Amino acid sequence: MLVFLPVSLEEAFDAFEQCPDAQLLAGGTDFMVEVNFALRQPPAVVCLRKVEELKGWRLDGADVVLGAGITYTELMAPQLGDLLPGLAQASRTVGSPQIRNAGTLGGNLGTASPAGDSLPVLAALDAKIVVASKQGRRILELDDLIVGPKRTTLGPGEVIVEVRVPAALGSQEFLKVGTRNAMVIAVANVALVVDWAGRSVRCALGSVGPVVIRARDAEELISSRIDWTGRTLPDDGDLAEFTALVRSAARPIDDHRSTADYRRHAVGVCAYRALGRVFANHNGETLERTSWAN
Amino acid sequence: MGELIDYQLRVNGRERDVADAWLGESLLYVLRERLGLPGSKNACEQGECGSCSVLMDGKLVCSCMVLAAGAVGCDIVTVEGLSAGEDDLSDIQAAFLAEGGVQCGFCTPGFVVSVHDLLEHNPDPTELEVREAVSGNLCRCTGYGRILAAVQAAQETRRA
Repeated sequence: MLVFLPVSLEEAFDAFEQCPDAQLLAGGTDFMVEVNFALRQPPAVVCLRKVEELKGWRLDGADVVLGAGITYTELMAPQLGDLLPGLAQASRTVGSPQIRNAGTLGGNLGTASPAGDSLPVLAALDAKIVVASKQGRRILELDDLIVGPKRTTLGPGEVIVEVRVPAALGSQEFLKVGTRNAMVIAVANVALVVDWAGRSVRCALGSVGPVVIRARDAEELISSRIDWTGRTLPDDGDLAEFTALVRSAARPIDDHRSTADYRRHAVGVCAYRALGRVFANHNGETLERTSWAN
Repeated sequence: MGELIDYQLRVNGRERDVADAWLGESLLYVLRERLGLPGSKNACEQGECGSCSVLMDGKLVCSCMVLAAGAVGCDIVTVEGLSAGEDDLSDIQAAFLAEGGVQCGFCTPGFVVSVHDLLEHNPDPTELEVREAVSGNLCRCTGYGRILAAVQAAQETRRA
């Protein structure tokens, strides 16, 4: 037996016991490209498609619990999209309808691409990721799971089961730069969350480093300068400082998709715009573009 | 290449045997090379072009990115399954022909499946919705104008 089609996690764990070298397969949108181009010839595959525990989502108190098998299309659907607008926006930028119907949140995490579009949103929401194996469960922060480009701390036989994030946390924005609107891998992407109750801004940068980066200094600066009572942004000088701190948090490289310089510039612009959009939407206004963010 | 495997797929309502297959074969490969269904086209093999689009359990996917052996138990519909018979055209295929939405024809099956999926779920899409629905299908001949006209024609025929 070389292809396993477990319908439960227990069956998936049993498959791994039989075949410890087996490859996990979620939506296949990354995996099959490597197989088609003969970059990978797995001795065995455990398909997670039918595993019941990985499907759908549920509310648990103030959290949303997302099954790892949830697709981008499902994340964009109205009810869930209202609870997690940043994740819905990010999902809408992924590939095409065909890719969004197949690709899953768990697959995005497991692939651990620096450009994964859901990852900055999960980072900005301080998501908790539940992984499980026959030996039990672990709950991880994103940066404990993804430790390098395409590198995770998943152990042998360990499966990403679910992702836990707060429901409808403040205002959320996701922006992405690529060469066109559809079918594009991010050159840079940014997720920004404004937690009105907690009076904090969280900003995560993707595709500008080996893993997703939280721009902590920028977050701290802007959180201290916002007028939380009036819910207004500080002046252009403070916003320029915020943007500069975002840029300096990035650790981009030159590659076939873009240059380090452009990526650094792009995350600054995206973070600035995201912040502007959140406040503009919140206050029913539009933000003027300033000259330094051209 | 390792051991070969046997399994069954349900394609266009029929159970089909796949024998002596390599584990890593894509659904696209199996459809074309093993099951005699060459309507789904093989171009990019990385989900970029959409010319291999099929419906799997009612969801539009690129068959090049589906592990065939993992599709056991799923309902698969290819472009061949959208018309009543081999010599018939679906209303969408007819609209593509009538409106000049077919030039070299390579991308057409993928577009037809995507548009079929769109109009099943959203019978009256706006032009923007149509554009987003076919954003995963590439055409290098038409410039898309005639394809959008074909979708509109199919929409109008269904509405009438």
